[in-house]
Amino acid sequence: MFAVKASAAGPDPGRPRRLLIVDDSNIMRRHIERSQQFDDLEVVGTAANGVEAVELFKRTDPDVVTMDLTMPQMDGIECISQLVALKPTVRILVVSALADKATAVEAMEKGANGFLNKPFSDRQLNEALAELLRGS
Amino acid sequence: MLQERELKTFVDGTTNYFEIAAQQPASVGSPYLVTKGTPGVHGYTGVIKVSGKREGVVYFTAPRTMLTVLLMKLKETDFSDATLCDLVGEVANTISGNARRDFGRDFVISVPSVLTGDEVEIPMTANMRPYVIPINWRSHSAKLVVALK
Repeated sequence: MFAVKASAAGPDPGRPRRLLIVDDSNIMRRHIERSQQFDDLEVVGTAANGVEAVELFKRTDPDVVTMDLTMPQMDGIECISQLVALKPTVRILVVSALADKATAVEAMEKGANGFLNKPFSDRQLNEALAELLRGS
Repeated sequence: MLQERELKTFVDGTTNYFEIAAQQPASVGSPYLVTKGTPGVHGYTGVIKVSGKREGVVYFTAPRTMLTVLLMKLKETDFSDATLCDLVGEVANTISGNARRDFGRDFVISVPSVLTGDEVEIPMTANMRPYVIPINWRSHSAKLVVALK
């Protein structure tokens, strides 16, 4: 657990980064929301599948997305393609139990920027988010 | 015959969940073969179906008490049936992901489904002898059942 909240500040430190959480597991969505430790990262929405995610993305204009892969209606790989088409600068962290290399490569090819295996600790989540934000 | 290496993948997938997500490792009891009848279930069961090089099912089944304490460790405050189902599904999802990584495309592994109740029947191929691996965590006990041929 991080004792001191980290900073996600980017080129415009006055504006919090906007985070969208996409996962079909309600527990996982709430877990990510609770565990992220960045004061300047604002959760602007959570979605349970790719279709909901695309809708929310258009309404909330997030800078950062955590993305599950196996979801009903529209899976994470297709959703990544659609989000990147809408906003090429979006930073996407895949958070999935699908730990095989081929899946990770496919997600990266579609535009994801990082990959975090489930299950994860709070520290692992925050390190992965920090890494993602450093690259933005 | 199921190989030890294959069994280990499923066991590791299960124990990893407790060790990483709950930050408290689970211990594994002595595995045994069920030669008569079915292994039975606890109240909440996450099932994955396996086809390809092996055929059958793998499931993780746990009682409400264990899952409730696990939710507390995850700082969750909702202990409804839906959340308990969600959690057992997540454990099964981790087992599934581990298997896909280790076995590659030789195994086709389904997305987990979740069953509730302690009298549900898990469909198994006839004449199959499932392995039962007790998973002990804190004072609670769950089961990992591997029924593959």
